[in-house]
Amino acid sequence: MSAVLLDARGVSKYFGGVQALKDVSLTILEGEIYGLIGPNGAGKTTFFNVLTGLYPRDAGEVTFVGHPLKLGTPHEVAKAGIARTFQNIRLFANMTALENVMVGRHLRTGAGVIGAVLRDPATRTEEAAILRRAEELLHYVGIGDRAGAIARHLSYGDQRRLEIARALATEPKLLALDEPAAGMNATETAALKGLIEGLRADGLTVLLIEHDVKLVMGLCDRVAVLDYGEKIAEDVPANVRNDSKVIEAYLGA
Amino acid sequence: MPSVPSKAWPGMTLIGVALAIAPIVVGAGLGNAWVRVLDFAALYIMLALGLNIVVGFAGLLDLGYIAFYAVGAYLYALLASPHFGLHWPAWAILPLGAAVAGLFGVLLGAPTLRLRGDYLAIVTLGFGEIIRIFLNNLNAPVNITNGPKGIARIDPVTLLGHPLSRSVEIGGITFTGVMLYYYLFVALALVVVFIGIRLQDSRIGRAWVAIREDEIAAKACGIDTRNVKLLAFAMGASFGGIAGGLFASFQEFVSPESFGLLESVMVLCMVVLGGMGHIPGVILGGLLLTILPEAFRHGAGPVQQALFGKVLLDPEALRMLLFGLALIAVMLYRPAGLWPEPRHRRELSE
Amino acid sequence: MDIFLQQLVNGLTLGSIYALVALGYTMVYGILGLINFAHGEVVMIGALSSLTFIRLLADSGLPGPVVVLIGLVFAALVCMVLGFTIERVAYRPLRNAPRLAPLITAIGVSIVLQQLAMLIWGRNYHSVPTLLPAGSHEVLGALITDVQVIIIAVAALTMAGLMLLVNRTRLGRAMRATAENPAIASLMGVDANRIISLTFVIGSALAALAGVLVSANYGIAHYHMGFILGLKAFTAAVLGGIGNLAGAMVGGVLLGVIEALGAGYIGDLTGGVLGSNYQDVFAFFVLIVVLIFRPSGLMGEKLAERA
Repeated sequence: MSAVLLDARGVSKYFGGVQALKDVSLTILEGEIYGLIGPNGAGKTTFFNVLTGLYPRDAGEVTFVGHPLKLGTPHEVAKAGIARTFQNIRLFANMTALENVMVGRHLRTGAGVIGAVLRDPATRTEEAAILRRAEELLHYVGIGDRAGAIARHLSYGDQRRLEIARALATEPKLLALDEPAAGMNATETAALKGLIEGLRADGLTVLLIEHDVKLVMGLCDRVAVLDYGEKIAEDVPANVRNDSKVIEAYLGA
Repeated sequence: MPSVPSKAWPGMTLIGVALAIAPIVVGAGLGNAWVRVLDFAALYIMLALGLNIVVGFAGLLDLGYIAFYAVGAYLYALLASPHFGLHWPAWAILPLGAAVAGLFGVLLGAPTLRLRGDYLAIVTLGFGEIIRIFLNNLNAPVNITNGPKGIARIDPVTLLGHPLSRSVEIGGITFTGVMLYYYLFVALALVVVFIGIRLQDSRIGRAWVAIREDEIAAKACGIDTRNVKLLAFAMGASFGGIAGGLFASFQEFVSPESFGLLESVMVLCMVVLGGMGHIPGVILGGLLLTILPEAFRHGAGPVQQALFGKVLLDPEALRMLLFGLALIAVMLYRPAGLWPEPRHRRELSE
Repeated sequence: MDIFLQQLVNGLTLGSIYALVALGYTMVYGILGLINFAHGEVVMIGALSSLTFIRLLADSGLPGPVVVLIGLVFAALVCMVLGFTIERVAYRPLRNAPRLAPLITAIGVSIVLQQLAMLIWGRNYHSVPTLLPAGSHEVLGALITDVQVIIIAVAALTMAGLMLLVNRTRLGRAMRATAENPAIASLMGVDANRIISLTFVIGSALAALAGVLVSANYGIAHYHMGFILGLKAFTAAVLGGIGNLAGAMVGGVLLGVIEALGAGYIGDLTGGVLGSNYQDVFAFFVLIVVLIFRPSGLMGEKLAERA
């Protein structure tokens, strides 16, 4: 029985008069691939954004690795060990792929202004380590040969991989992917599936939002379904697929 | 981290030699007044490089940067002039000026750096004006700044017992005060350039660019954007403070007039017109915007005289008019600046 | 108590002028998202050109107010052409450039206008001939001059007219639509470029009026008068909620009153340490406080940030 990595209880979020999230509770186990699906507008990305500190929540508590997670600011969430990618890919467009991943190392390194100016041995060692690790991660996601390319010039699929590499650079315990397969063809999706499975094999826990139901069913260990801001199912894919509430939500919508 | 490639050494030596003999050559050929212009160029380049950290690296729009220059200058004036009867040495005041200006930077930045670009610009502009108004009016009930009259007879910088305002003869060449200050300013400017280059290619430098490119993504990567922005702001401010102190000792006089919006705009233009974030471009901007107006000031009168027989238009107004037109023209045709970072040119052309 | 009322009157007068100028800022910002840095200078050009025309007609034998009116009309024409040109030449080409570029251009335009004014009208302070009625009335212990009454009345009428235009006419609808969403508006047949030009033209006409009123209020005009006035009017626009017309009017009047009351009472409040020469600081202080604590202004909408 795996340990609980993330436990969300009663998370709610209002936008003006609209309740985007209604008392959402879910549990993610260590080492699993957890999918979050639902019809458009169900609140999946809102949940993501609340979880990763982009929006303040209106109610609810989250426990992560046994400690309460302060859902305050994105960088604190990243520091706690949750890294994310974005639905619309937010890369540092004019930096190289390598530089993008190096920025991801910022969180776990510490050289400051003095180190930058003096370039003392400790700083130089750290910089070399950052460079090495960034190269490693680029190879890991499969774009090692594009390290020097400007991020905006990469193909769509490579940009997604780069964003994942950058997120991995922050040494997360939970990797949260927001629609990573969006806009991908069958081949690219299969490669992505392989990558995510590889991440799980290496001990990472993955949370992903996806519209590609086939991908989710084939990849995820467990799936939660949101509809109109509420969680209507949370189980293994086989059971969720046959859940009448879920079918109604997708077909009835 | 790249170190200096070996083929750059000849070029750099040439530049070094040129810098070293420039005041002598210029002084002999064009006169002391033009060496003074070089001094101001070095000083303004220091300022522009400081602002470059804020605007160029971190992408924060500061329209009131001159306030930090003013703080540094007035601190120097208060601590090394007959005004309060204090005569602290430069090596004590300048670091203090950097610290105080940096503190002002933090005080201003802490509540405002989360504002959107335009709003931050206006707030910093307002701050700059507030500082100027206070400098102009803090002569009653307690006379702190001596108001519009300014503070005069500020002590010059003393190096090895020799005040830099006085000439000295070395190896048969007379180095006037202006020339001595030149060497001091250029040396310090080189230090600032060095610091800028080192910062650019560092963990902090990357964080600044990341924030400039996409602040939300930067936060998601774990960068504490508030503190990192504040760091840029404070560093820029402290460079301004040091430059201000040097200005006070060089000019030996400060008054609120020298620290208005126009000066802030000038420094900003050096950064933007030169090539935002690109250190060589900023240096070019600083040189052009210090030297060209002076050349114009000297030439406008005589040229009009020659062409029209008399001076038709006030050279000062004409100079500013052309400056304004140049701003518009450069923004319309080269919005990335005259010598932008190769990366930046990509940003704008595509 | 009567200093309060007096300062209130002064504040309303000043505020009416701020409101007129703030409208120009807010309209342009609402439609283009651009701070028209040069707007204050257009006010200045309005003031100085009206002065020139007034001087030309000074010996014509026409009654004072008529001369002022004619001067105003000509000044408005000058400013409208100016506003139109500035938008076409300096802002339109930079619609898609990074944010910094139009701001720098605007600063450039501001400098150019100031220098042109200095070249044309010189550095001196020009005194404005008193052509408007110079009487005053005492109301509840405060003195209100005829000029102040005229300023408040004219400003109020103009603003009412503008609100009518924006809210009740087809043109006004087109303006509001373009401000909300230019792409959709153009799909509905609205020529966005024409509307933008029109916005600048209207704002410039208001600026000319403000210029005339300001020079009537203070009796002087000079080439540097636009800068601080522009900054304060912008503060007023932000205070009221930038992009919001009613907000600009409210913000303008409110800022004028705050400034006047502040200048009146600051001596008492600080025990004589700070005097009314710190008056200008109020506007900046208000600006900073508003932007930090309520950036959407008094009447603006709170904008959520979507990832």
